[in-house]
This record gives sequence, C-alpha cells and structure tokens, in this order.
Amino acid sequence: MQVRQISVFMENRAGRLMEITGILAQAGINLRALSLADTSDFGILRIIVDKPDKAVDILRRSGFTIRENVVIAAVIEDRPGGLYEILKVLADAGISIEYMYGFLGKHEHEAVMIIRVEEMECAIEVLLEANVTLLKGEQIYTM
Amino acid sequence: MLYWNQAEETRSRDELQQIQLQRLQKTLQLVYENVPFYQERFKAVGAEPQDFKSLEDFFKFPFTTKADMQSTYPYGMFAAPMEEIVRLHASSGTTGRPTVVGYTRNDLDTWSDLVARLLTAAGVTKKDIVQVAFGYGLFTGGFGLHYGIERVGATVIPVSSGNTDRQLQVMCEFGVTVLVSTPSYAVYLGEILEEKKIPLDSLKLRVGCFGAEPWTEAMRGEIERRLGIIATDNYGLSEVMGPGVSFECVHKNGMHISEDHFIAEIIDPDTGAPLPMGEYGELVLTTLTKEGIPLLRYRTRDITKLTAEPCPCGRTFVRMSKPRGRTDDMLIIRGVNIFPSQVEAVLVEMEETEPHFQLIVRREGALDTLEIRAELNEAYFSDEMRVMHQLEEKIKTKIRNAIGVSAKITLVEPKTLERTTGKAKRVIDLREYL
Repeated sequence: MQVRQISVFMENRAGRLMEITGILAQAGINLRALSLADTSDFGILRIIVDKPDKAVDILRRSGFTIRENVVIAAVIEDRPGGLYEILKVLADAGISIEYMYGFLGKHEHEAVMIIRVEEMECAIEVLLEANVTLLKGEQIYTM
Repeated sequence: MLYWNQAEETRSRDELQQIQLQRLQKTLQLVYENVPFYQERFKAVGAEPQDFKSLEDFFKFPFTTKADMQSTYPYGMFAAPMEEIVRLHASSGTTGRPTVVGYTRNDLDTWSDLVARLLTAAGVTKKDIVQVAFGYGLFTGGFGLHYGIERVGATVIPVSSGNTDRQLQVMCEFGVTVLVSTPSYAVYLGEILEEKKIPLDSLKLRVGCFGAEPWTEAMRGEIERRLGIIATDNYGLSEVMGPGVSFECVHKNGMHISEDHFIAEIIDPDTGAPLPMGEYGELVLTTLTKEGIPLLRYRTRDITKLTAEPCPCGRTFVRMSKPRGRTDDMLIIRGVNIFPSQVEAVLVEMEETEPHFQLIVRREGALDTLEIRAELNEAYFSDEMRVMHQLEEKIKTKIRNAIGVSAKITLVEPKTLERTTGKAKRVIDLREYL
C-alpha cells in the first residue's frame, strides 16, 4: 500500500530541473507524478517514476543528493468534496499531513492524491477502514 | 582648538625620531626584562636591547604576529604583573581563541590622550555632546572612545550599540553634536532619519568620528550628506591599543599616526622586506609607551600606504591611507572581526553539513550582510521542508553563537562548492573598499 518516492535536493539555479528531467528522459524513465517545494535558496523535487530503482541509480551516479521514501497514493473521486472526505478521515485520527500533491487518474472521475504523513502505518489503516482505495506501488508505476 | 597637544603633535621630524629612539630603547629593555617570549627572540637574534642603536638596527628584529599572541594566550605577552593591569579587552581570534590585551593605569591614560587627539582633530571640543554607538564590552571601541571623550571634557552619552529607536531618540532629544559609531551604522541611521522624515535642521549633529571597519570615500559622501556632518576616519587595533593609533584631521587626507607612541613601517607581506614611502604593503606597528603589552614590530595584516607629505593641519606625523584590504582572510562585518576558520570549526562539528563552505559578504544599503553557503550532507537531506528549515535554523544559531554575527544560511548541493588544490576560495567580499 506504499508507493516509492524519490526526493531530490536542488539549489535554485537556472536549468537545474531541466538537467534532472533530461537525465531521466535519457534513461527512458517516465514520470508518474511530481511536486516541487521551494524556498528562495533551494527546492525539494519529489517524483514518482515508473522505474524507481533505475531512477535512484542514475540520479545518484549523476551526483544528485536524493532521498528515497514511501508515500500513500489514495484514489479520490473527482468531484467537490472528494479530497475533503479523506482529509477528514486523517484529521479524525489525529494524523497531520507533511505534504501532499495530486494528479488526475487514468479513469474518468478519478484523481490520485499522494500523501506523506509521519504515521504511515496508522494512516493506511484508517484510510482502508474508511473504504478509501489505496494504490499499490506497481499500480502507479505501470499506470 | 586644532590640536589636543600642539607641542607633541607638531614636533620636528628630527625631534620626533629622537623621542622614538629613546622610547624604543625603554620598551626593548622592558620586554627583555619581563616577557619570556621576547627574551627568546633576543636570544635567537643574539642581541641585547642596547645593541639597537638606530631604527635601522631595530628594523631587523623579528616580527610579532597574531599567532604569537595566541600561542602565549592569555597573559603570556604581558610585561606588567597582573596587579598593575587595571583593564582587559579581547578580540576574536583565528582559532576561536580571543586575543587578550591588558592595560596598566598609565596605558589607559595614554589611550585617553590618543583618543582626545583623534576627537580634537575632528573638531570636537568640551562643548560637544557625544553619542557613542559603539558596543561597550570586550571590544575596544566603546570604552576607548568613552574615556577619550571625557578627557576632552565633552559630554559623553554611552548609548552603546544597537537599539536604533533609542539612538534616534537620544540624537534628537539630547542635543547630540557628535556621533561615534561604525560608518555603516552611520549610513543606516541616516536612512532611518530619512524614512522617519526627521529634518536635518532639527538635529544639532555636526561631526562624526567613525572607525572599526573599512569604508569608502563614497560612504563618507553619503554619511556627510545624509547626516549633515563632517565625517572623519580613525584607525586602531586592540593588540596595539584600540582606536586612536591614527586619525584624520578635518582635511580628511589620510590618518595621522601618533608616531610619538607608535613606530609605523610598511613591509612586503610576502617577503617581510621594507617598502618605500608611498607604496602599498602591510602596516607593522611597534608600541613605544605601552606597559601592559608592549609589542615589537607587530604585523597588523592591514594593507595601506604611508605619506610624509606635509598636511595643512600642521601635524608632523606621517599619514596612512584607508586600509584597502588584509593579508589574512579576516573579515570585518558590522565592526566584528570574523575569521572563516571560526565558521569552519562550527561546520566541521556538525554532521549535517560538509566542511566545505563559502562566505559571501555584501553591503545591502548601509549594513554588511553575511551569507554562508554550506554543503548539505546527503544523509541529512529530508523531503520535508520543515525539517530542512529546522536544519538551517540550527546552523544559524550555532554560527551566531560562535562569531557573534547573524548570517543567512544557504544550503547547497554536496560537492558543488569550488575546491582548489591550494587555499580554497572561501570568501567572496562584494563590498567596495576604495
């Protein structure tokens, strides 16, 4: 129920993001989801890709500072209130969100939210109990 | 009043040299009898104090360096017993060890007189009300100026540094006529006055005596315009005395070195060879009247040049130009001495950063700012912004505790800062000095 995410530490300088995407493209790695958190000095690029092992290897070898961890991919209905419902489940369980980002799913009327919390196991448990569909890693990588 | 002590400040060069030689011999005798460090030095060159019969002879004596003062930390260079020392000051050191300096009662008396010369040369008299915005503490600026102002007989207001609102209140309401501060703080005060729309003619300010950091002629122009004053420069360093070693007169054409108390030389910083008058090199100072810590041929690490051209003010002392750099990598930021090695010591100790860093100094408006670019250790990279900010704050706090100045911390990717085989380019100083 957990999805592998790669985070890359990036200085804010022109062309840095382009370099990363170029490296991934050359290795034939496809991006599934992406988010960029930034300050005036540096950014944290978070990506989910179709070939995580290969991506980790190629980024490391290219000298990037990366960190691998896992996130939750929750399917929500693409309608008003869809996000609210799963956030309520987490809030009721007293779980706070470190960060999240979303993208539209393959199926119509469906979106996927990538969620990172500190208490991953606990979050997965309450979401499943509330009948939220969580995607397995493979499901996202091959989407 | 033009001079604090006309007779002493306008002696003929012959008479001045005679006095230098007499006082030098006394100083040599003093350290020979009381300072083991110098006894070793005399032994090493196979000489005794009476062997130095001329200044030329003396200019062969080995230099004294900051490292020597640190190796004898804290009191090893003292020529007077502690019961004769009535005050200590200290300045930051390259290894984190400060340099401790001690003053006898006579030293404080001399120092007050030298500062009185500085003030009088700038036009300060006993009718003036002087606001001291230098920090009072181990730094020699605050107390050094303070007692010189009292010596002149002017009214001293020891506001100390910081608290700009109170500085402005004092300046506006106490009828302040003279400001003593770092030049960058003077520019800053000028900007705030403008911001608050306080008209210059509501102030009584007329003179500023600025020092403790390098500044440019452009800054002088700005200070004079913004504050409506005459701004003069003065120079000193705690090892040698503190402020009052040299000072500008109202002609603002170089700082007169009080040569009856110090011998000044300019040397090639690489070879140690003397350089002719007018050439830029490292300033070397010998104290002639100090009792607490007499220093022989002390390398100041400041790059300047001397001129013996007569000054319209009538003082016969040689003048030094504004220092235009340093031979070491010391930075002066907001009047505080900072060595890159102090920053390195903090970063080496922290696992979260690599010991590779770069210091970038800028002058933003009037204030000097320090940015420290440090390489992040990959093991501590987090995908959570909150954690990264905590890390920056942690470094910031440690740096502030170590160097006494707040710096902006910029984390950079590992292995991206320039590594050179020799001395790493660790300091980028974007301030203008000339």
